[in-house]
Order: sequence, then structure tokens, then C-alpha cells
Amino acid sequence: MDQLQHRKPEPMTPNNNHDNLGKHRSMLGIFVVKFFQNKLAVFGLVMLLLIIGSAVFAPLLAPHDPNYQTLVARLHEPSAEYPLGADQLGRDLLSRLLYAGQMSLLVGFAAMASATFIGATMGAIAGYFGGIIDSIIMRIVDILFSFPNIFLMITLVALFRPSPFWLIVSFAVLGWMSTARLIRGEMLSLKKREFVLAARTLGISKWRIIFNHIMPNAIGPLIVAATLAVGQFIIAESTLSFLGIGISPPTATWGNMLTAAQNLTIFQTAWWYPLFPGLMIFLTVLSFNFVGDGLRDALDPRVVEK
Amino acid sequence: MTTYIIRRLLITIPLLIAISIITFALMQFAPGSPAVLDVDPNVPPEAREAQIEAMGLNEPLPVQYARWISGVVTGDFGNSYITKRPVSDMLLERLPNTLILMTAATILAIVIAIPIGIISAVRQYTKTDYAITLVSFAGVAVPNFWIGLMLIMFLSVQFGWFPVGGVQTLNADFDIMDRLHHLFLPALVLATADTAQLTRYTRTSMLEVKNQDYIRTARAKGFKESKVILKHGLRNALLPLITLIAIMLPTLIGGSVVVESVFSWPGLGDLFMTSVNQRDYPVIMIITMLTAVLVVIGNLIADILYAIVDPRIEYRED
Repeated sequence: MDQLQHRKPEPMTPNNNHDNLGKHRSMLGIFVVKFFQNKLAVFGLVMLLLIIGSAVFAPLLAPHDPNYQTLVARLHEPSAEYPLGADQLGRDLLSRLLYAGQMSLLVGFAAMASATFIGATMGAIAGYFGGIIDSIIMRIVDILFSFPNIFLMITLVALFRPSPFWLIVSFAVLGWMSTARLIRGEMLSLKKREFVLAARTLGISKWRIIFNHIMPNAIGPLIVAATLAVGQFIIAESTLSFLGIGISPPTATWGNMLTAAQNLTIFQTAWWYPLFPGLMIFLTVLSFNFVGDGLRDALDPRVVEK
Repeated sequence: MTTYIIRRLLITIPLLIAISIITFALMQFAPGSPAVLDVDPNVPPEAREAQIEAMGLNEPLPVQYARWISGVVTGDFGNSYITKRPVSDMLLERLPNTLILMTAATILAIVIAIPIGIISAVRQYTKTDYAITLVSFAGVAVPNFWIGLMLIMFLSVQFGWFPVGGVQTLNADFDIMDRLHHLFLPALVLATADTAQLTRYTRTSMLEVKNQDYIRTARAKGFKESKVILKHGLRNALLPLITLIAIMLPTLIGGSVVVESVFSWPGLGDLFMTSVNQRDYPVIMIITMLTAVLVVIGNLIADILYAIVDPRIEYRED
């Protein structure tokens, strides 16, 4: 009975793609070709380069000082002088958006790097050593996963110390669990492979085996997870800043610009003001997700080239 | 099966204890002693000492924890530092509003996502499928507070189709249509992310079912395509979706903080934000813990339901 449930394995089609292209390609070559055949991934990559570039070169690109208040320009509509309009204090919105990108991206990348580092280390230790260490780490993961993230984040940031640094620390402490689960899984299957046995036979130390021999094989899924994580952390930062407990004015972030835009008069007369900061968050997160999914498909050997 | 459920229940207990300890510890290490905040600065130090003594704040931490948790278990959540009212009363006032919002969002997500997910799977690799996939990508990436602001700005303020916030028209008598009118936008915003997720899951699940032998058999028998998909396909595709209760619950509870803040919806999320800003520790502790407990229970229900519904799953005793 159970046998009947099994699906027939899909017939393996001989992969003639290499012949079509006339030469044998390396793993990296296949990966690059597959990634660039994915239109959404390429769109995401181009958008990201534009967004990151505009944030990095904000001082050169911004037409105005982001904090300079021109009283007569209050809630000025988009014009040649103020391409995306001005806010309620007469500050140029485009300039503020560009500078806000610096802070939002900085928090997103820094949180991603720290969370990935913690998660990968914890996951590798849990998966490689197993036993009681594994149980303890994975129970901690279960417990932290039980709290809807935003409640602990708000509590940590608001009650302890609202600052960009503390924001990054809180995100890292509360955001490493899925990476840990991922790397633990990779570790469990990789540690049984021959090359690990070979390394062990040669008397190489455990830590070197974990970090120099096994981890490079898990780098693909790790990069995918990290890419998607940046988007999630940017959403988290902007949510907290919007609620007034993340990064506070006058430092502009996309989130706290929206807090200021939450006002009946602005809703009636200045539609561009609440529109653009949110659009920036949306496009940034969307691009990270497109790139992350593109990377995943490109790294997956089951997804074949067109 | 029974042993599986019992074991699953037993794992939950240490998890709940750990959650309560973390919540308690977090509040203990947060700066700003509640006793200091609680007392008027003009009050002499002796009176302040007496206050600290009366609140039991100078006892060892394990004793304080034991007193707090035994209160929580028996339903005594202590009093708010700000309003001086029992926390349980404050929660009970707000809980129905949050539950209404979450239920409405869940219904909306299911009603929108499942049909769209099926269409997407049935029309795989067509323009419709691509459009649906793209929109669900957007739904995951869009910040919910911004969607809320956009809807309020365009639909409520500029077009006047919906109220800007609140649960009902101020000082009006209870009217179900008025309530639903107020409920629609916040529920829609709260449902956005889950609708997108659920659409993708339904599509994947349906695609997997679509190629099964029994679907081909049903077609070979000459059933109408709609019957093949809806009766033979959907029933099996819905199985894995049950686990989504567990996946959706944290996003719903977490999302309620933002949505309630945007739409001035007087629920638990709104109470939580007010309490955080006022450093009202007893309220913050209970809400944080309550949400985690809800998530744990949601996971438990999803696991048990899944075990009951899908007889193919074996539960070994290891």
C-alpha cells in the first residue's frame, strides 16, 4: 500500500545544454548564466545597485541639505526646485529620501551580518556536535521563535536604549534563529560525507573542519538566507522607526518620515509626502527578495537552464 | 497517536515556563525602577522605601518571579503602574477588538488567497499565473503600515469611502454595518502579508496534487474539470495548508501592533504601544507573554490537527 503512494521519479532528461553552448562550463559559470536568465532577479539586482548607489552618493546627488528648513516651501508640491516636493518643515523630500536610505540600508546590512554570523555559528555547533549541545541550542531557537518578533524587538529597543547601534544588536539577537536551523540541517548531512572523514583522519582540529572544510559547502543557502534577511531587517527598522521607537528625528529614515506624514492635512493636500518613503521601502525589500529567490534558483541544480 | 499528542503536550510545558522566565528577566533588567517612577519626587525617601517594601521589589528575584507567576497562573496579573487598575481588566477590554480584527483578517486571507492560488496553479506558466505570482511577491515585500497609510489617504480622506479609524462612529449606537465599515480596511491591511503567503502555498500545494495519479484517474472517468480540481484536487491540496494556522498566527499578532496604531484601533497592540511609551511594566510583561503563549498554542493545535487529518504520517517512538 505504502509503495503505491510513492510518486514515480521524474524521468531524467539528458542535459544537452552544455553542447548547445559549445563548451563545458564551471559551476560558477552555470550559476551566473542561470541567475542572469531570471528577469526578476536581474531587475532586483539593477534596482538594488541604483538604491545602494543613490544612498552612498547621497551627498553628491541630493539637491538640498536634507535638514535645511525653508519655511515658504512647507508642503511644497513636486517641482523643478523640489523634485519630490517638500515636507511640513519645508525640507526637500528627495534629499531626505536619499539620506534616509543610508541609515535604513546600514541597519539592514549590519543586522543581517551580525544575525547571520550568530546563526551560522550556532547552527554549525549544534549540527556538528549533536547531543546535549544540539538540544540546548535548538530549544533556545524554539523559545525565541515563540515570541512574535515585534513584541520583543519593541521591548528591547524601547526599554533599553533607542539608538541605531542598539537596534542592530536587538535585531541580531532576535533574528539569528532561522539561519541556525538552516545551517544545522546542512551540517547534519555534510558531516557524514567522505571529505569530512578524510579531514578527521588527517587529524585536523574540529573547528578547522567546521569552518574551513564544511562551511564553504553550505555557503549557497547561507547567502540566499542572508539576502532575504536584509529585506526583513529593513522592514523591521522602518516599522520600529514608524512607531516612534527606532531611529528618531532629525536623522531621516524611511520609517520615521512616514510617522511625520501621518497627518490629516498632509493626507488632504500633500499625497506625495506619504507616498515616496513607503515606495522606497517597498522597492528595496522587493528587490532583495527578487535577488534572493534568483540566487536560490540559480544555486539549485534541479532548476535547469533554459 | 494518543501518545504523540500527549508527548506533544508535554514538550509545551517547559516551553511555556521558559517563555515566562524570559519575559520576567527582560523586565527586571530593563532600566528605570518601577518604584521610582511610581512615586512622586516630593515624597521623602522613607516613604519610597516603604513603597518598595510594599511592592515586594526588594525580595530576591526567584521569590518575586514565583509570586508573579503564581499570580499569572491564577489569573491575577497585578495592577498597572499608571492607571492602578487590574491588568486583567485592561486586557479584557481590549481583547475582543483584537480578536475581531484577527478573525476578520484570517477570513479575508482565506477567501482571497485560496481561489487565487488555485487559479494560479491551474493556469501554470500563463500570464495570469505570472501576474498573481508578482502580486503575491509584492504583498510580502510591502510594509503594512504604509499600505494602511495609503488606503487611509486615498480611500478614506480623499474619496471618503471609509472612516479614518476607530471601531465605530463616535457616540453612535451599536450598528453592525457601521462596525463592518470600520473593520474592513484594518482587516485588509492585517491580511496583506498572510494573503500573499497563503496564495503561494496554495499554488505550490495545488501544483503538487495536480500531477497525482488519482487526478488523472478522475479525468479519465470523464468528470468535469471543475469537479476534478475542486473536489479531488483541492481536498488533498488543503491538507498541508492546515499548518499555516501556525505560520499565520505570529504575523497576525505582530501585525496587530502596527495596524492598530495606524487605524487607532483600541486593541491589545494599541495597549502594548501605550504601555511601552509609559513604561507600564506589568502590562508589557503580560502582553508579551500572552502573545508567545498564543503562538505556542497555535503551533500545538496545528500539529495535532495535522496528525488527525493526515493518516499517512507515522509517529515513531524514539
